[in-house]
Amino acid sequence: MEKNKLQNIENWLDERFDLTPIKKLITHKKVPIHNHSVWYYMGGISLFLFIVQVLSGLLLLMYYIPGEDNAYESVQFIVTKVDFGWLVRNIHSWSANMMVFFVFLHMFSVFFTKAFKKPRELTWVSGFLLLLLALGFGFSGYLLPWNELAFFATKVGTDIVGVVPFIGDAIKVVLRGGDDVTGATLSRFFGIHVAILPALFSVFLVIHLIFVQKQGMSEPEHFEKLDESKKKYIPFFPNFVLQDALLWIIVLIILLSLTLFFPWELGLKADALASAPIGIKPEWYFMFMFETLKLLPANILFIEGEVFGILAFGLAGVIWLFIPFINFSKKKELNNKIIRWIGIFAILYIVIFTIKGYLI
Amino acid sequence: MGTNRRKFLNSLLGIGGIGALSAIIYPIMSYLVPPKIAEVKVNSLKVGPVSDFANINSKIVKFGRTPVILLKDNQGNFKALSATCTHLDCIVQFDNEQQQILCACHGGRYDLTGKNVSGPPPKPLKEFNVNIIDNEIRITSQEA
Ligand code: HEM
Ligand code: FES
Repeated sequence: MEKNKLQNIENWLDERFDLTPIKKLITHKKVPIHNHSVWYYMGGISLFLFIVQVLSGLLLLMYYIPGEDNAYESVQFIVTKVDFGWLVRNIHSWSANMMVFFVFLHMFSVFFTKAFKKPRELTWVSGFLLLLLALGFGFSGYLLPWNELAFFATKVGTDIVGVVPFIGDAIKVVLRGGDDVTGATLSRFFGIHVAILPALFSVFLVIHLIFVQKQGMSEPEHFEKLDESKKKYIPFFPNFVLQDALLWIIVLIILLSLTLFFPWELGLKADALASAPIGIKPEWYFMFMFETLKLLPANILFIEGEVFGILAFGLAGVIWLFIPFINFSKKKELNNKIIRWIGIFAILYIVIFTIKGYLI
Repeated sequence: MGTNRRKFLNSLLGIGGIGALSAIIYPIMSYLVPPKIAEVKVNSLKVGPVSDFANINSKIVKFGRTPVILLKDNQGNFKALSATCTHLDCIVQFDNEQQQILCACHGGRYDLTGKNVSGPPPKPLKEFNVNIIDNEIRITSQEA
C-alpha cells in the first residue's frame, strides 16, 4: 500500500520530468572495498558538518545583530538568555572547527591515494576551492562575536593581505571597509559570512558532488591491478549511503559531546584602545601560518619578512591547486615519488608548526 | 563575404560585451572602496594630570585616529609612542620589567625610543613629544 503510493508519486513526476538520468546518477556508482576505504567517508562527513553549519547559522541569525555596539551583546544574549542559545552557538563553533578538520583530512586522503589524477582534475580543483572557502567562513565568522581575540586576529589577518605587492593595500581597505578594523569591518564580514560565502560555497559544492557522482570513486593502484574477480564493491545506493548515515550519527554524537563538555568561550569585548593580550593565538587551522610569521626575520633578501612569507604561501597554494596538471618528471614512478614527498612535506610542515605554536 | 560579415558582427558583439561588463564591474569596484572620511588633524592632546599615573605606568590614548601609548619609565620620565605595531597592526604594551615595548601578537620588541630591537617588526614606532604643563600631561606630534 505505502509502496504503491510512493510509486504513484514517482510515476506522476516521471511523466512530467524524466527521472531516469537522476536515478542513474544515484544508482550507477559502486564503491570499492579495500583497506583504504575508510577515506571514502571523509567527504561525506564534511558535507554533513556543512549542513549543520547552515542550519545552526540560520538559527543564530534570528538573534545576532552586527555592529560594534551590538554584536558582542547579542551573542552574550544568545548564550545567556535564549533557550538553548548556548547549544546553538556551541554547535556552530564546534562544528565549524570539525568541518575544517575533516575537509583537511579529506583533501590529504585524496592527495595520497592520488585520486586527483585524470579524469578527476576538476574535482580536485573544486575541492581545494571549497577548503579555501571553508577557511574564509572560519576567518569571517570568528570576528562576528566582536571579542578581543577575534579583533586582533582580524587586524593581523587583514594586515597580512595588505602586504601583498601592488594590489594588497586596495584589497585590505575593501575587506576592512576602511583603513582600520572597525564596525565597518564587522558589517562587511557579516555580509561575507552569511551571504557571499554560502552562495559561493553552494555553487562549488554542487559542482564537486556532480563530478564525484558522475566519475565514481577512484580506485587506488593496488586495487586497480587486482583480478576482476578479486575486486569487491558495494553499491553506492543504498549500502554506502546507509553507512554514511550511520557515520553522520556518530559524528553528531561526538559534536554534541564536545558542545556539552567544552562550551565555547566568548571572552572580553573588543576594545580598540587595549593592548593585544599576551598569549594571543589564531584559530588552530591558521596556526602554522601564524608561527611562520613569528619566525621570519624582519628582512629576507631585500624584502620584508612577511612579504616573503605571504608570497611563499601563495605560491605553495597555487602549486597545490594545480597539482593534477603538473608533471614533475616524464617517468611515472619518479613523478609519483615527487608528489608523495610534496604531500609528506606539507603535512609535516603543518603538523610541526601547529604543535610548536601550542607548546612553545 | 558571409564569413566576413559574421566575423565583423562577432567582434562587434565581443566589444559590446566587454564594454557592458566593464560598465557593470567598474561601479561595483568603486562602490566597494569606502569613501574617505575627512580627518580632523590633531596636533596636541591633553591626557590628564600626572597623578593619573600614580598606580599605573602606561595608558593607551587616541591621538586623532592613531592610538598612542603613554608610559612612565622607571626613572619617572614620560614617553609617548605610536601604539600600532609596525609588523601587523596589533596594539603594543609596556613591559615595565624589561623597560621595553612589547607586542604580544608575534613577540616583537622595541626600546623606549621606539626602535625595533627584536622579533618581526621591520620599523621603529613613531615617537611623540610629551610636555607637562601645570601638572597636566600633554602629547604633541613631532611633525607639528
Ligand atoms: C549559511 C551558512 C552560515 C550562516 C548563516 C552562519 C551564520 C553565523 C552567525 C550569525 C554567526 C555569529 C554568531 C556567533 O558568533 O555565534 C556565525 C559565527 C561563526 N561562524 Fe557561521 N554561518 C554559516 C556557515 C558557517 C560555516 C560553513 C563555517 C565554518 C566552516 C562557519 C564558522 C563560524 C565561526 C567560526 C563563527 C564564530 C563562532 C563564535 O565564536 O561564536 N559558519 N555564523
Ligand atoms: S603585530 Fe606586532 S609583532 Fe606582529
